[in-house]
This record gives sequence, C-alpha cells and structure tokens, in this order.
Amino acid sequence: MTRLLEVRDLRVQFRTRDGIAEAVGGVSYGVDAGRTLAVLGESGSGKSVTAQAVMGILDSPPGRITGGEVLFRGRDLLTMRAEQRRRIRGAAMAMIFQDALSALNPVITVGAQLAEMYEVHRGMSRGDAQRRAVELMDRVRIPAAGQRAGDYPHQFSGGMRQRIMIAMAMALEPDLIIADEPTTALDVTVQAQVMDLLAELRREYAMGLVLITHDLGVVADVADTIAVMYAGRIVETAPVRDLYRRPAHPYTRGLLDSVPRVDHGGGQARRGHADHGRHGGHESHGVHGAHRGGKLYAIRGAPPSPLTMPSGCPFHPRCPRAQEVCRVERPPLYEVTTDAGTDAVANTGADTESGIGSGIGSDGRTSACHFWKEELHA
Amino acid sequence: MGRYALRRLAQMIPVFIGSTFLIFFMVYALGDPVAALFGDKAPDPATAARIRKELYLDEPLWRQYLHYMGQIFSGHFGTAFNGQPVTELMASAFPVTLRLTVVAVVFEMALGITLGVLSGLRRGRGLDTSVLLLTLVVVSVPTFVSGTVLQYLFGVSWGWARPSVSPEAPLNELLLPGVVLGLVSLAFTTRLTRTSIVENARADYVRTAVAKGLPRHRIVTRHLLRNSLIPVVTFIGTDIGALMGGAIVTERIFNIHGVGYQLYQGILRQNSPTVVGFVTILVIVFLLANLLVDLLYAVLDPRIRYA
Repeated sequence: MTRLLEVRDLRVQFRTRDGIAEAVGGVSYGVDAGRTLAVLGESGSGKSVTAQAVMGILDSPPGRITGGEVLFRGRDLLTMRAEQRRRIRGAAMAMIFQDALSALNPVITVGAQLAEMYEVHRGMSRGDAQRRAVELMDRVRIPAAGQRAGDYPHQFSGGMRQRIMIAMAMALEPDLIIADEPTTALDVTVQAQVMDLLAELRREYAMGLVLITHDLGVVADVADTIAVMYAGRIVETAPVRDLYRRPAHPYTRGLLDSVPRVDHGGGQARRGHADHGRHGGHESHGVHGAHRGGKLYAIRGAPPSPLTMPSGCPFHPRCPRAQEVCRVERPPLYEVTTDAGTDAVANTGADTESGIGSGIGSDGRTSACHFWKEELHA
Repeated sequence: MGRYALRRLAQMIPVFIGSTFLIFFMVYALGDPVAALFGDKAPDPATAARIRKELYLDEPLWRQYLHYMGQIFSGHFGTAFNGQPVTELMASAFPVTLRLTVVAVVFEMALGITLGVLSGLRRGRGLDTSVLLLTLVVVSVPTFVSGTVLQYLFGVSWGWARPSVSPEAPLNELLLPGVVLGLVSLAFTTRLTRTSIVENARADYVRTAVAKGLPRHRIVTRHLLRNSLIPVVTFIGTDIGALMGGAIVTERIFNIHGVGYQLYQGILRQNSPTVVGFVTILVIVFLLANLLVDLLYAVLDPRIRYA
C-alpha cells in the first residue's frame, strides 16, 4: 500500500557565511491517511525545515534540498513540475503555522484570505467563495462568523487567529495537514481548545496529520506515532505508547525525564535511569526548581551547531551512555524489537540511507543508538 | 477618522502661523524693498516715505504681519511692485507647476515602483545591481546638471523635445522637464520600493501565501505588493509638496513660467508680496499633502486606526 506521505532520506543544506550547514541530514518518516505522526525535537533539530521542504516552502536561497524523496501518494514531489506541485499545495496538503499573527496577511480581511483558497483552487466567484469562507469560520467555531469575516487578523485574539489558520488549512479538505507547532504561541488554556479542534477536524475528514512540536504533553493525546529528531536526524521512531513506556534512545529518555510530572517526583521517579548523567545535568546546567522533593531533570549541554556536527553519534557529547564507539561510529537506524525474553534483535545492518524502507513500518520501531537494547531494558 | 482629520486640521494652524511669520520675517530682513524699487538711483526721501506709508512699511513688523494675514484671509494677496495683483500671478503660475508636478509624480511612480519591484524580486542578480548603481548615479547628479544635459541632448542635439517651454506650458512640452524634476525622487522611490519588497518577501504571510498554493503573480500583486507599497505611498505623498516648491531650478532651465519661476523673479527683485504669497500657498499645499498621506496610511494599513 502506498503511504499518504513518505519522506525518504531527505537532506537540506543551508549556505551561510560560515559555511554549509546541513540542517536536515537524511530524515525519513511517513504517515498514513487518518493517522497522526508527531515529530518531536528541540528548536534547531530540523523538524520545521523538514516540514518546509516537504511543503515546498523552503527559503531558497539559502536553503537547498540536496537529496532524498518526498513521496505524496507515491509521487515524488521533489521532481514534480512547479505548477503541478503548486496545485497540490493548499489543496491536497496544507500547513498550519505557529504564529498566526505574522502568518496571516495584515492588510487583507480574514474572510478574503480564506475565500482566496476557493477562488484560486476551485475557480469560484468572489461571492460564493466569501460564503464558503464564512461557513468555514463557523466550522472552526468563531462566534459571529458572518460579521467577523470582514475583520483583519490583528482584531482577533490569539486563539481565534489560530482557528482561522486551521480553517485556512482545512478549506479544501486536504489529505494531509502539516501543523508546525500550532499551539506554541498560545495560552495554555487556549492550547487545549485548539488542539481538540484540530484533532476533531482530523478525525472528521480522515486526514493524515504531521504534528511538529516540542511539547511532549501535546503529543501523548493525539499522536499515533512519534519520530524524535535530534541535530537534523531522526533518532527514534515508535508508536506513542511504546515510546513513553520504554524509550529506546537516551535522548528520548532525557526528553521524557525533563517533563515535570505531578504523579511522581519529577523525572527522578522514572525507573532504572538514576545514575546516568542526571547528576551531571544538575551540576552543569542548573535545574528548573525543586519539584515534589526531586529536582527536575535537564539534559546537560546544548544541541550541536549544524556547522560543527560532532563525529560519530551527534548526541554523544550530551549522552549519559556514551562509549568510545559512539564517538567514532555514527549509529545506523536499528530496528527495535521488544519481544519480551528474546533479546535477539534484528539489526538491519543498514545505514540510515538504505535502512529506510525496512526500518520504518507503521508500527515498526527504530532507534539510532548503538546501545538501544540497554536503553530499552534499563 | 473624521475627528482625527479635524484634529489634524486644527494642528495645522500653529504650523501655518509659525512658518508664514518666519517667511515674512526673513523676506523683510533681506533689505529695504523701497530702495530696491528705485534700483540704482537713490530714492527721493519724500516719495520713499509716501510709498512706505502706503505699503504699511512704516509700521512695526508684527503689525505688518497681522495686516498681511488679514488681507490674505480676505483673498487679497496684494500687488507686486509692478502693479500686477499677486493672485493673478498665482492663477497663471500654479496650474503650470501643478501640471509639471503631475508629470514628475506619474513618472517617478510608474518607473520607480516597477524598477523597485523587479529588482527587489531579483535581489542580487544583474538587474538589481544595475538598478542600484543607476539610482546611485541619479541621486549624485544635481538637477541643474542633469537638467542642462538632458535639455541639450533631447532638445538641441536630437531635437526630440522643445528645449524651452512656451508660456502656455502644454502637457506635451512638460514631459522632459517633468522627467528632470522627478529624477531624484525616482531614484528614492526605486530604492524604497526595492528595500520594502525584499523585506516583505521574507515575511511569514508571504510564506503562507506560497503554502496556500497561490500562483506567483497573485502572491506578488495581492500579498507582497500591497504591504510593500505602504512606505512608498507615504514618500510620494510628501514628495508632491516638495516637488511643487522645489521646481525652481527645473523651471529656470526650461524657462517654465510656473511657481518656481515667479518665486525666483520675486526674490531677485525683492518683490516681497509675491514671495510671501507664493510661499504661503506652498506651505498650505505641503500641510495638506501631509494630512492626505496620514489619512491614506490608515486606508492602506488597517492596523492603524486614528482615535
């Protein structure tokens, strides 16, 4: 079965004054119709750049796609003619941006910005398109949609603006939505409402969703699969429950541990990982305050600059589990098997380039760590 | 909006009084107009005193000013010393300069915005670099040089235009002078448009427009251009006032009998009613142009609302 979206070994470079930075270094992920993939990572991990490359809105120059494929329903978007690709953008795949205030045009009414989708892609008359725009605003539960369609983006609250963003992406009922940190700029109370709306609409239209976020709390509720990115690469892919229960990469574990938990004392309570790096984290980095008797965990150090990527595993300078081999040898994407008892693990033996097809099934787990087995059973 | 316009109109009053008084003061500080009237000969003291009395020149300056303003508001701009009413001079001069300004503004808008948009969209390429270089040259060359050179080339060498404009100053004769007048502003408009386009092309809402799958021409005309032209319109609006007053050099070169020409004659002959009268009108034009720009700004950018 062809997947709705399949990204294969995507590479993106940025030419900067200081040299060429590889922002995305061979990323592969996929999402099926009606499913949600969450792409998780810190700022600068390449998750947004990947999405922009998929969407075809990369700033180029300086950005440049140097390799890989982006298959949308089996057709490679990267080799497609520009005009053909434009027709897909917005209509079959749409994007929701983080900051709706800057992402919406300040001098055009929101109604006209929504109606534009129907005028351009469906060839509707201005009047018909305007009516559809109001329906759409109604659908995302904007009060008094009919009157508010004539307002400008700055006249709306942050939550309402993000609803308009969502409405714009949903306008032509696309098969795929890419949401780039859709709730980051919002109040916590509004975040939940917007996320619920997004999930509801995704279910209703059976769309595929790529949710880019750094918020683990958001992910847990809505995602089916999670891909964790670090330094321009995917370090772990897993179904959401498995990943939360038993991470197979030290970076993922670090992320999970650094979330404050109300049920037990911070990250401290996580089993089996008490000695690695946690102290280092405290001492070198400080912590974000005491938390129910335990201190909140922080991954020590900072993500590497894409201009000076460490040798071997890019995470090794920050990794509590790092060994000599991590400094030298870049770990391939291992296929992770969790069969209890059998520790016989099928190392695909493939490197990141060729391990893609076999490595990521819809439920297959992968980890780019030499010691994923130890991590899994820690 | 209406209340804002009213308030702005009220604010114009002190500016108007201040600027006209300054002009009045400066013109009368230039020297004795009565002495100038007699040219090289020494005036007969009795006659001079009579003229001074007639022209209120024996009163203190502030009373002269008040008297003058009172006359202006009842429509009397006085008479030039040659006996011609200043209003008559205005009636012949302002339409000419207005036509000249229109030519200059249309020229700088059409060419400046086009060049600015094209070079902004092709930043760093050949066209952009040549346009930047060209505007630099145009800005560096003063009007009396570019005016004389173009007059010689087009008017004398090639005979494509009349080197000197007839007193009626029809529009077709004003094309070349209009281009000369608008040349420096053209360079500014081009650069301003280019910078604005470059800046806005990276804006998030343009990226959104691309992500919406809009065709490129629609992205540029509907999304990019409207935002980018806000500062340009502001500049051109204020420039209209400056062009009308600043046409002195151009009108001299092409012998156009407009505002600049009359002002020049007035200054040369110390003809104070002409100078003060014309400048007073120019001050009003300038103030109104600025008000118009401010109001237009709110129309173009809905984020600006005047309370």
